[in-house]
Amino acid sequence: MIDITVKTRNGTPHQLPGRMGRTLMEAIRESGIDELLALCGGCCSCATCHVFVEAGAEGLEVPTSKDEDDLLDSSEFRRPGSRLSCQLTLAADMEGLVVQIAPED
Amino acid sequence: MAGTADIVIVGGGHGGAQAAIALRQHGFTGSILIVGREPDLPYERPPLSKGYLSGEKTFERLLLRPAAFWAERGIGLVLGRAGTHVDPAVKRLILSDGRVISYGTLIWATGGDPRRLTCDGADLAGVHAVRTRADVDRLVHELRGGARRAVIIGGGYIGLEAAAVLTKLDCSVVVLEAASRVLARVAGEVLSNFYEAEHRAHGVDLRTQASISHLFGTDGHVSGVCMEDGTVIPADLVIVGIGIEPSVAPLIAAGAEGTAHAGVRVNAQCMTSLPDIYAIGDCAAHENAFAGGEVMRLESVQNANDMAATVAQSLCGDARVYEATPWFWSNQYDLKLQTVGLSRGHDQAVLRGDPADRSFSVIYLRGGRVIAIDAVNRVKDYVQGRKLVELGAHVSPLRLTDVTAPLRDLLDDDVLVSAPPLDT
Ligand SMILES: Cc1cc2nc3c(=O)[nH]c(=O)nc-3n(C[C@H](O)[C@H](O)[C@H](O)COP(=O)(O)OP(=O)(O)OC[C@H]3O[C@@H](n4cnc5c(N)ncnc54)[C@H](O)[C@@H]3O)c2cc1C
Ligand code: FES
Repeated sequence: MIDITVKTRNGTPHQLPGRMGRTLMEAIRESGIDELLALCGGCCSCATCHVFVEAGAEGLEVPTSKDEDDLLDSSEFRRPGSRLSCQLTLAADMEGLVVQIAPED
Repeated sequence: MAGTADIVIVGGGHGGAQAAIALRQHGFTGSILIVGREPDLPYERPPLSKGYLSGEKTFERLLLRPAAFWAERGIGLVLGRAGTHVDPAVKRLILSDGRVISYGTLIWATGGDPRRLTCDGADLAGVHAVRTRADVDRLVHELRGGARRAVIIGGGYIGLEAAAVLTKLDCSVVVLEAASRVLARVAGEVLSNFYEAEHRAHGVDLRTQASISHLFGTDGHVSGVCMEDGTVIPADLVIVGIGIEPSVAPLIAAGAEGTAHAGVRVNAQCMTSLPDIYAIGDCAAHENAFAGGEVMRLESVQNANDMAATVAQSLCGDARVYEATPWFWSNQYDLKLQTVGLSRGHDQAVLRGDPADRSFSVIYLRGGRVIAIDAVNRVKDYVQGRKLVELGAHVSPLRLTDVTAPLRDLLDDDVLVSAPPLDT
């Protein structure tokens, strides 16, 4: 388990445990935070799991695939640090990750 | 036993769960009760023919919300019970166990039941549907028991996704499609041809215009399929993926407009013809602006979710109409298909890119306007083409085929029309 911080849309931070090997989207959903639709269930097809990475290991703030990058372009709220949380697989070096849930498109 | 709730939701799938979630998000403070026929907490259905069937994802990862969520939000769940009778005059729902529940508002979100074969042998053990967790658990159980020869009846998305997974699990797979091509109900010929070739390249024995005579078995378990022409195909298991019938019988019996086959008719606010009864998701026949106003049912997560949101907002005092853009996805092998819009009724299909590259899009036009896009391994076209669909843009086919020009650039041209795509 690693500790991650997720800020909901109103800015409230929530500490939650992240199970390694699971995605950030799943960790957020399992914690009961209710703001991600994550409609495609994590298969990088919908962009409804958009978060902004605010702090964390180096490199986390850039999309890991071209598909993710292209899909993020569908959000009018895209900015540096934008990620699809279903494409972030939690690993030991992500301890302390801080993300903010992006506004709904 | 009796009960009562301000809002009773029948069906705890994508639509029903999202309706309850959205009601709370929009500040609804009354009582909410979900009555669901399946024993499980609300879960995602799409992985049933993808990652859950393949074993990549455990069931717990499909849950739409953690178990504690429902109680925390004050959403009651009565699971493993069906709603069987509705009495709109006294606003009561009767459950399969005889329980009577009084409702203020009823939201019908029951999805559909897999259509079954009517031929001999349809009831044999080893003949499976892929609609619920229980269906897939039974299927996986047979695979674990050594079943390796699979016959899939029906070349729709679910059948084809199952075929892709089963080949990966080292099964020999035969797909039997009655029509002249797979995906005939939902996509154009280019896409059908492409997917047929892909499945064959992965070793699937895919047969179109296949007429089945009957299934036969040994000791009550299916052992093969006999075709009209006498051909016999041995099978350890059979998957039937020939569509669904909406689960609307109780509503129709209560006098709601609609039919057992076409679904329950709803208006633009997702209201049925019965007072205080809404219907959403796969079972709701609505006029869809993206299909030129045709009355239809849509079977997609998008539709279930957006209809749920529409109803929840309306019930929280912010009256809405359902007009969301349809979109859909399907994963087979390493192919990511994303669809936006509805291609039915198109009079032209334009190919963008080369299927041989395994990255291309098909853009569907009606009367010169873009009505839908199927993008295969081409997320950019899906993302950028969405606006073309939403605007019903007039774009010359020639420009659409030019892969060097991003679809987004076409938006800047004077190719756009201001009228909504509805009125053609
Ligand atoms: C295998 C599979 C793969 C799919 N893949 C995709 C995909 O990739 N992308 C996509 O967009 N869509 C996909 N879909 C479609 C999508 O899952 C459905 O459109 C969506 O689930 C519809 O939501 P719903 O709430 O209308 O119905 P459902 O999710 O089916 O929920 C209805 C629930 O109501 C219950 N119920 C029925 N009758 C009663 C009753 N009388 N009383 C109480 N409960 C009742 C049912 O048992 C069920 O649990 C897939 C569907 C399947 C089956
Ligand atoms: S959940 Fe759909 S892209 Fe992440």
